[in-house]
Amino acid sequence: MSDNEKTQEELNQYLTFVLDNEEYGVPILSVRGIQGWEKTTPLPNSPDYVMGIINLRGEVVPIVDLRKRFDLEVIPYGAHTVVIVVRIEQENKQRTVGLVVDAVADVHDINDEDMRKTPEFGEKMRNEFVRGLGLIDEKMVIILEIDELVDWQKVPGGDQVLSTKETTEDETENELVATEAA
Amino acid sequence: MSSTGINDSGMDEIRVIFETECNDGLDVIEAGLLALEGGDDNLDTVNDIFRGAHSIKGGAATFGYTNIAEFTHVMETLLDKVRAEELAVSPPLVKIFLESVDCLRAMVETMGGGSYDEEKTEKVKVELESWLDKVPNSESPVAAIEPGSDTESAMKAPESRCWKINFVPKNSFLLNGNQPQYIFRALAELGKVSLKPNYSNLPPFKEYKPEEMYISWEIELEANVDKAQILEEFDWVESECLVEVNEEKRPQIENYDRRAEDSRSADSSSGRRKQSRRGAKKDSGSIRVDIDKIDSLLNLVGEMVINQSMLNNQFNNSSNSEEAFASSNVELEQSLSLLERTTRELQEAVMKIRMLPVSTTFNRYPRLVYDLSSKLDKHVELKITGENTELDKTVLEKIGDPLLHLIRNSLDHGIESPEQRIAAGKDETGTIHLSASHEGGSVMIRVSDDGAGLNTKKILKKAIEKGLVSKDDTPSEQQIHDLVFHAGFSTAEVVTDVSGRGVGMDVVRNNIEEIGGRVDVHSEAGKGSTFQITLPLTLAILDGQLIQVGGEVYVIPLLSIVETVQVNMDRINVISGSGIIYRLRGEAIPVVDMRKLYNITGADALDSYEGKQLVIVESERRSIGLVVDGLLDQHQVVIKSLETNFIKVPGILGATILGDGTVSLIIDVTTLSAPISNDKTNRLEH
Amino acid sequence: MSQVLIVDDSHSIRELLSSILRRAGFEVTSANDGKAGLHIAKESAYDLVITDVNMPEMDGIELLGNLRKLPEYSFKPILILTTEFSQEMKQKGKDAGATGWLVKPFDPEKLIDVISRILK
Repeated sequence: MSDNEKTQEELNQYLTFVLDNEEYGVPILSVRGIQGWEKTTPLPNSPDYVMGIINLRGEVVPIVDLRKRFDLEVIPYGAHTVVIVVRIEQENKQRTVGLVVDAVADVHDINDEDMRKTPEFGEKMRNEFVRGLGLIDEKMVIILEIDELVDWQKVPGGDQVLSTKETTEDETENELVATEAA
Repeated sequence: MSSTGINDSGMDEIRVIFETECNDGLDVIEAGLLALEGGDDNLDTVNDIFRGAHSIKGGAATFGYTNIAEFTHVMETLLDKVRAEELAVSPPLVKIFLESVDCLRAMVETMGGGSYDEEKTEKVKVELESWLDKVPNSESPVAAIEPGSDTESAMKAPESRCWKINFVPKNSFLLNGNQPQYIFRALAELGKVSLKPNYSNLPPFKEYKPEEMYISWEIELEANVDKAQILEEFDWVESECLVEVNEEKRPQIENYDRRAEDSRSADSSSGRRKQSRRGAKKDSGSIRVDIDKIDSLLNLVGEMVINQSMLNNQFNNSSNSEEAFASSNVELEQSLSLLERTTRELQEAVMKIRMLPVSTTFNRYPRLVYDLSSKLDKHVELKITGENTELDKTVLEKIGDPLLHLIRNSLDHGIESPEQRIAAGKDETGTIHLSASHEGGSVMIRVSDDGAGLNTKKILKKAIEKGLVSKDDTPSEQQIHDLVFHAGFSTAEVVTDVSGRGVGMDVVRNNIEEIGGRVDVHSEAGKGSTFQITLPLTLAILDGQLIQVGGEVYVIPLLSIVETVQVNMDRINVISGSGIIYRLRGEAIPVVDMRKLYNITGADALDSYEGKQLVIVESERRSIGLVVDGLLDQHQVVIKSLETNFIKVPGILGATILGDGTVSLIIDVTTLSAPISNDKTNRLEH
Repeated sequence: MSQVLIVDDSHSIRELLSSILRRAGFEVTSANDGKAGLHIAKESAYDLVITDVNMPEMDGIELLGNLRKLPEYSFKPILILTTEFSQEMKQKGKDAGATGWLVKPFDPEKLIDVISRILK
């Protein structure tokens, strides 16, 4: 039971970070860790915002540059550049992803009554990535919809590659099954 | 599930266990039957078959699969006759038993939903029963199953009534030489009896007198009798006990059955049989592990713990003083190398857990050969060797269908008819030899037959017809044999029921290459053919060649590397519009530039190839040369799927973590598309 | 907590019995044949043994006989769980010293009733 209570309290907590002078927040419950930028192994045939993969305690984890993801101006990584490792959920499958941001800011409590609906961001920011706006005193924080942020199934070419692969496999299997039935 | 409190998921788990158990039991039965067919007259074999049927019956009854219970009951009764040598083993008897196994498999398959051919099942059951009628003396320890009989608990007995008898013997009950079991036995002759002894009146041990009776019983009697008939049995001990007889509603144990029934009826119309079977196969995510393997794991983990504490100690000592630091350095090194060894062994041991003997797959084939040879009127013996060779579970699962196809192919096209064989001076019984063995770091599986061998002329004619080979080519015999792996290539003159339908060897080859293996054929006219499959031991680990391109290290699976040569610029030809080829011993090998393929920055001008290495890999029976900056070590690497946290990336098999902790990509050789990939016959050029 | 030993060569039956009995608050150990059952029975004194009859290695009847020879199991309840319903089998069970028998298929509630009564 205490677990649940704790979860309730933490549900309203957000880790905020800075990206191009704007403050963003992600639910603290989805954060698995924060670490400095390290060199990644580049992945060919992948979206440009995927910087590559790293070894995170034996797990192979993709790293996403959020500036590139949001089509913001790309700046060289510096001393404050950090990777926030988050757990996202896609099709009932938990995946781990690292997000490269300019710097980590703070942890805030934002209650439901302080959440605002998302206004149109126009070209600068795609709305599907935003869950809402959080009010902290006089400040606004953009709360991200992290599950949408890196929906690999929607990666250009990504789902195409997946579906073609699956079809071919199915066909082969069916053919063999067909003869087996003979 | 009222009072037992087992939730549905718990029950589902047990059901899955039961399903596996049924299939295992059916495998045993089938293997035993085929052994009997082959002339094995060992009583143990019959006993194994009997026990298999018996266990399935018991489980099915318990889990509420009445159809399976009833069917196995008939089988069991008939098997009991065989066991008692009242019925002799004969080919038609084996045949009907094998058909029964098929029916049961279908029933087991649809336990979780779907429908099976009930008409056929009923037909087989009736035939089994007719065999029973042929046996002169039809009494047996396995209860008879005449219609309406209610003696067998597992069977439906619509007319039977359920009686609850409260039987409380007086303390002096035993004094008269009475035994409660006499009554129970008598009751059992009326119908099904189950007893609930009540020990609540047992005195403390000190006061206990062995000659006295303290136990009472609640007796349940399921029988088509009335109260008077029951009371009659207690007649002669009337004065020695209290007896209460009440009729009760039939006990319902159908709780387990209900869900199955529901899903069965819901699914029966949609014809999802195949799908449910596939689904069932997929969720067999569990693995049975030999206890020795677990023990060795535990030992290794134990060693690691010791290692770790050693390291701790040494670290603590070393920080005491400068001298201590220097001396402990040596010890530290020793401990580290020990830790390294243990870690490696631990890794190997963990991998071994996934290894299963190939017999788990090979066991399917005797039945296939039995069925097909009778269908084709051929005499074929299947010889299996090396069935204890172990392979990764995933590899094993994926090799089943290709092997099935190869065996079917040997039977259909390889082995000749008895007449042809006799005419050719061969034994009229053909042999297919299925073998598995370790060779180097791989497992070899071979399907050999002593049949006619591949028909070179016919293959070549067809290849020319299909435009795979030009008329003027003079390919070698081996090159012609290799053509059978081409897509859409089938040599069968008539598309037979057995191996036709256009599923060619190309599907087999693709399936095998998908799991990192390769298949080759060797054939000699008149003597037979051998299909040889080379497989990696596991999909979780592979032997890799580390290569360097730009600043990155990549891994190429060692199994697909044919050779490595230093680039000689004189051998490079640039074919305008299609790419670069490298001439090597008369072969024109398409060259793939790793830098281009993986968008690696750096100079990729042609003249920079001089002095670099060309790694020649074979994919889909074609050679491709990869230009790399340098060759590094060869290592066994653990494959990590990119799909765990990302998606499948074209051209990448997976990633691995190198000794220094960095991640390296493993190249998927099968997806390398060479610039001149359209020219399928590049191997035939001279 | 009462300790029950289940001996059956069928994995699913073992699991089913174990889960029913565990839910009812018993501590359950299981063995997959008579030989293993005997071995395990010797290691700890179980309050109740439930054994299948038809098993490889050592069948239930033989197990019963062997258990009854052990002083710690001379008076312990041992139930036979069987699909067979022949007089011979029952007689054999009785002769070997079975306390009672349970017939497959069994009703979980009744099973617990029986066992709770024995283990009261």
